[in-house]
Amino acid sequence: MTAPGNLERVLTSGGFAVTAECGPPRGADPEAIRKKGGYLKGFVDAVNVTDNQTAVVRMSSMAACLILKEMGFDPVLQMTVRDRNRIALQSDILGAAALGIRNILCLSGDHQSFGDHPGAKNVYDIDSIQFVDMARAMRDEGRLSSGAEITVKPDIFIGCVENPFADPFEIRALRLAKKIAAGARFIQTQCVFNVEKFARWMEMVRDLGLHEKASILAGITPMKSPGMARYMKNSVPGMDVPDDLVERMASVPKERHREEGVAICLETIERVRAIEGVAGIHIMAIEWEEIVPDIVKGAGLHPRP
Amino acid sequence: MIVADRKPFDEIMGMIESCGKILLVGCNECVTVCAAGGAKEVALLASQIRMKRKAEGRSVEVDEKTLERQCDPEYVNPLAEMLEGYDAVLSLACGCGVQVVAETCQGLRVLPGLNTRFMGVTEEHGVWAERCQGCGDCVLDRTCGICPVTRCAKSIMNGPCGGSRNGECELRDGTPCAWQLIIDRLKASGELSRYGEIAKPRDWSTSRDGGPRKRTREDMRI
Repeated sequence: MTAPGNLERVLTSGGFAVTAECGPPRGADPEAIRKKGGYLKGFVDAVNVTDNQTAVVRMSSMAACLILKEMGFDPVLQMTVRDRNRIALQSDILGAAALGIRNILCLSGDHQSFGDHPGAKNVYDIDSIQFVDMARAMRDEGRLSSGAEITVKPDIFIGCVENPFADPFEIRALRLAKKIAAGARFIQTQCVFNVEKFARWMEMVRDLGLHEKASILAGITPMKSPGMARYMKNSVPGMDVPDDLVERMASVPKERHREEGVAICLETIERVRAIEGVAGIHIMAIEWEEIVPDIVKGAGLHPRP
Repeated sequence: MIVADRKPFDEIMGMIESCGKILLVGCNECVTVCAAGGAKEVALLASQIRMKRKAEGRSVEVDEKTLERQCDPEYVNPLAEMLEGYDAVLSLACGCGVQVVAETCQGLRVLPGLNTRFMGVTEEHGVWAERCQGCGDCVLDRTCGICPVTRCAKSIMNGPCGGSRNGECELRDGTPCAWQLIIDRLKASGELSRYGEIAKPRDWSTSRDGGPRKRTREDMRI
């Protein structure tokens, strides 16, 4: 085993981690990634690269992760089971590990009917929990899903997502327990807007002792406008944006929308930090990566360890 | 049963554009129950075709025949004796029926009049819904009688995903979340503790991923 990656290092040292999301471009331009990376440099412990998020075709997460790694980041390779079967997933884990990409985030992925290719065939050979278990067995037992031995084991740090706001609410911590039992060691949650509900979920998480087995990073998304708040509330699967936040965004004049969005974001960070068992935040500033430094500084989380 | 929809009328008219005499063949099984390709629908489509051609000033001869079961050569073979003079056979059966008819009526154009949709059940009068994908390795004993392979949009075996909301699938098209239904049943029977078991990856080779499937009962062969 080589030394742990930066994200793992920060989390195991007990520090409050900050990760951010970087959405790759709909094109082959590496500069688009470098530009976004430039905004994040020095402000985050790791950068997630989304995997064709909302089922819209983008530059591959693996390629963008490598570009970010070359810039000195510890990238988090997001991998959905929507587009790849177990053969392709395992092959990509080996490839990622060979490139020095250490963090793998295992997700189901949004259904392709939401994206730009609704006529595409989906895969869903395995689900996200089976994927976590498969990645863990590759690393720990040195074997593929088929049982075949791996010559050099992938040295990876395995994470998953969880949505505390999806239904049925009562099993959301139990489902996380399954992911952790399968091998997930860091968890990045869906964007937290409804802090009360998130706190109730964390209470269930603590009752199961899950916060001691894996690091939970609360998802944070700054809103740019009341339109974005409404869109996320009504059209993005699994989002819970309370009406009072939508109204608050709408109550300020247009030129102050972004400022208000950041203010809400900083208040949310302060509130989730106070919740026992929250090990960090994961900032998903959708097509607004340049705001991340202001958020990290505003939250008093700069400089990074 | 197999549930099907009739193809759009214009598509059917396009398929028979060059035909002067067609044989319209219905099926008395599933597609009769789901009101897509039984004797009644055969008669209705035949009339529509005649009226449309008449309006266009082009003659057409449409004969009607509804078989007991189009997916069984025993009932389809007699068709071979009555094909003289036809330009095409338009089958109002599922895809299985169309293919048996095509095998029987070789040399003649055999056209599908339906789009075969799914294996399903009658939910209420006039409403059918998918329940089985024929995966070849039934898990209903472990999922409280609700099939996640079919009824979960992502066929998740350890659900529900993060898109489940108010009992509805993330597709938000009125589809219930299969895993919400499973959890409701686990709760009702006091078995929620079973939820903690992690379902292993499936072996899809029994499904169509293993290639076209065939079943042979040697003891029944003549």
